Amino acid sequence: MNQENKIQAVKQEELEAKKKEDKAEQDIILDVQNLKKHFKIGRQIVQAVDGVTFQVRRGETLGLVGESGCGKSTVGRTLIRLYSATDGKVIFNGEDVHQLKGQKLKEFNRKMQMIFQDPYASLNPRMKVLDIIAEGMDIHGLATGEEREKRVVELLETVGLNKSHLERYPHEFSGGQRQRIGIARALAVEPDFIIADEPISALDVSIQAQVVNLMKRLQKERGLTYLFIAHDLSMVKYISDRVGVMYLGNLVELADSDKLYEEPLHPYTEALLSAVPIPDPKVAKTRERIILQGDVPSPINPPSGCRFRTRCPKVKDICSQVIPEWKEIKENHWVACHLYS
Amino acid sequence: MSTVLEVRNLQVSFKTHGGEVQAVRGVSFDLKEGETIAIVGESGCGKSVTSQTIMRLLPSPPSVIKGGEILFDGKDLTKVSEKEMEKIRGTQIAMIFQDPMTSLNPTMTVGSQIMEGIIKHQKMNKADAKKKAIEMLRLVGIPSPEKRFNQYPHQFSGGMRQRAMIAIALACAPKVLIADEPTTALDVTIQAQIIDLMKDLQKKIKTSIILITHDLGVVADIAERVVVMYAGKVVESGKLEEIFYNPKHPYTWGLLASMPRLDQTSDQELLPIPGTPPDLFKPPKGCPFAARCKHAMKICLEEMPDTTEVSSTHQVACWLTHPMAPKVEPPAAAVGGE
Repeated sequence: MNQENKIQAVKQEELEAKKKEDKAEQDIILDVQNLKKHFKIGRQIVQAVDGVTFQVRRGETLGLVGESGCGKSTVGRTLIRLYSATDGKVIFNGEDVHQLKGQKLKEFNRKMQMIFQDPYASLNPRMKVLDIIAEGMDIHGLATGEEREKRVVELLETVGLNKSHLERYPHEFSGGQRQRIGIARALAVEPDFIIADEPISALDVSIQAQVVNLMKRLQKERGLTYLFIAHDLSMVKYISDRVGVMYLGNLVELADSDKLYEEPLHPYTEALLSAVPIPDPKVAKTRERIILQGDVPSPINPPSGCRFRTRCPKVKDICSQVIPEWKEIKENHWVACHLYS
Repeated sequence: MSTVLEVRNLQVSFKTHGGEVQAVRGVSFDLKEGETIAIVGESGCGKSVTSQTIMRLLPSPPSVIKGGEILFDGKDLTKVSEKEMEKIRGTQIAMIFQDPMTSLNPTMTVGSQIMEGIIKHQKMNKADAKKKAIEMLRLVGIPSPEKRFNQYPHQFSGGMRQRAMIAIALACAPKVLIADEPTTALDVTIQAQIIDLMKDLQKKIKTSIILITHDLGVVADIAERVVVMYAGKVVESGKLEEIFYNPKHPYTWGLLASMPRLDQTSDQELLPIPGTPPDLFKPPKGCPFAARCKHAMKICLEEMPDTTEVSSTHQVACWLTHPMAPKVEPPAAAVGGE
């Protein structure tokens, strides 16, 4: 290698190191840039996710809310490579997730884990709890023999189950317990980042609080980062540091969770918040509600311009012509709406 | 207001290979003309079994009505024949279900599903029934009802299907409407639409509603009285304000405190109810909630408490109301911002 090349290589290294430093300063664990996921159905194309951009900071919980069909689950599944992206980038720990191969891919699979909505469908009914939880450890060669069992027992205890559950099958557990097993399985490979896709929607109210408290505790103890996907806005507000609101494949607003609930900027966020039932008769009887007319349009043929315009109470002429830009209106408060341009 | 429906000490079991599941173990409540009551509780508490027994929808076997009575219109519905029940079902008592996707017939147009009941029960001819069906579709807020009349359920969205279900249920102007988790499968903005619709229709039609749900937010919005069920029993019942602002049963406290509220900004810890509901193959001898109750005493494990009156409208079944019991205050999170 001649001198010039060497110098260049060193410079390149320095540059890379500096980049990494910058990243560490902001401490962005996940950077999603203009992510798109389209599905082909026959000759039609479903634009399930159509250009979302957001960042997740290390150690925080980012909530993602929206109604069914808004693309929130598709975002989660594309981030973790259950789906390949149609366009855009997912940068995790400084690396493009959708370009990873070989050892790096395996490492990524370990670092990012997922907890699913339906605890009845996401555990293999023919495997024992011990093997369900240890499967990830086996694949990544993290522990064998006695050590393997010891770690599974530790994990079970962490999530509020115990040793006696090792040899049992999923059908012997209640919904809440199964969700705990799902959490233990995710934790087994010591991930940094957990995508929780509606982890409590299938559970009863009193059990929901148990699981949410468990997730909060684990986050504190292990410094985990969560992407919490749900449609239950009160629970999302409770668990999240920041919340993003999706509508028909787009992010419409993203802000600190208190800020978002105190001062929603996007008309959709406003309507969504006002529609959440509040378990207090006095509040329920006196507050003003914005009732949106009609249903969410089809993502096969979404409205032109702003996708929310067909149901928006504050619609203007420009909304049908121009797609509103995704902008940071105030510090840490992003919104895509023509009211603010 | 006169009483339309009265359930007295209802007991329903299921005979299975594993033994007898005692799903409902002595439930009593009444429903007045034009009011909305909510039955709340977690899955498996017997709320749906109670409502399906009122409609006599449960096949027997495996279900058995072990005791009690359901008084409606001078009859005991636990004793009437299937033929008589057919005259009541749909005309006098109607029901809407949780899942609008599976409770409509996919091979029939929505219009003919609404007409079906009208023709059978009201002896109308087809042309009149069609007019009435279109009128019902308009009433429940379905746009261009003439066109929608000829469409199939798969051409309707979830919210529209639930509206169609409501149209079917209300077509014969029933005295009682049982709504079993009518908004659970719907998104919040659609849920708000359906709740508004139900409130509005009740004013117009004056039907009494039994709302079955686990969502206390929906309850606060629509109900006048609340019945809290746990493990097949009624643990507390009272007016809406009594249950929300002066709850007496630790299970009611638990339900109220384990839900985060949207209008709270403080960072309160959620207070989950530890453990899981009891196995109804072998329900506990004493209070079914005792095993999960922070305040359980010795007697709670041994004997089921009687119902005591907090006020003339507010009843609770808990040993803590006994004069000899220690005074226990509900957690702050359970009694709201008061």
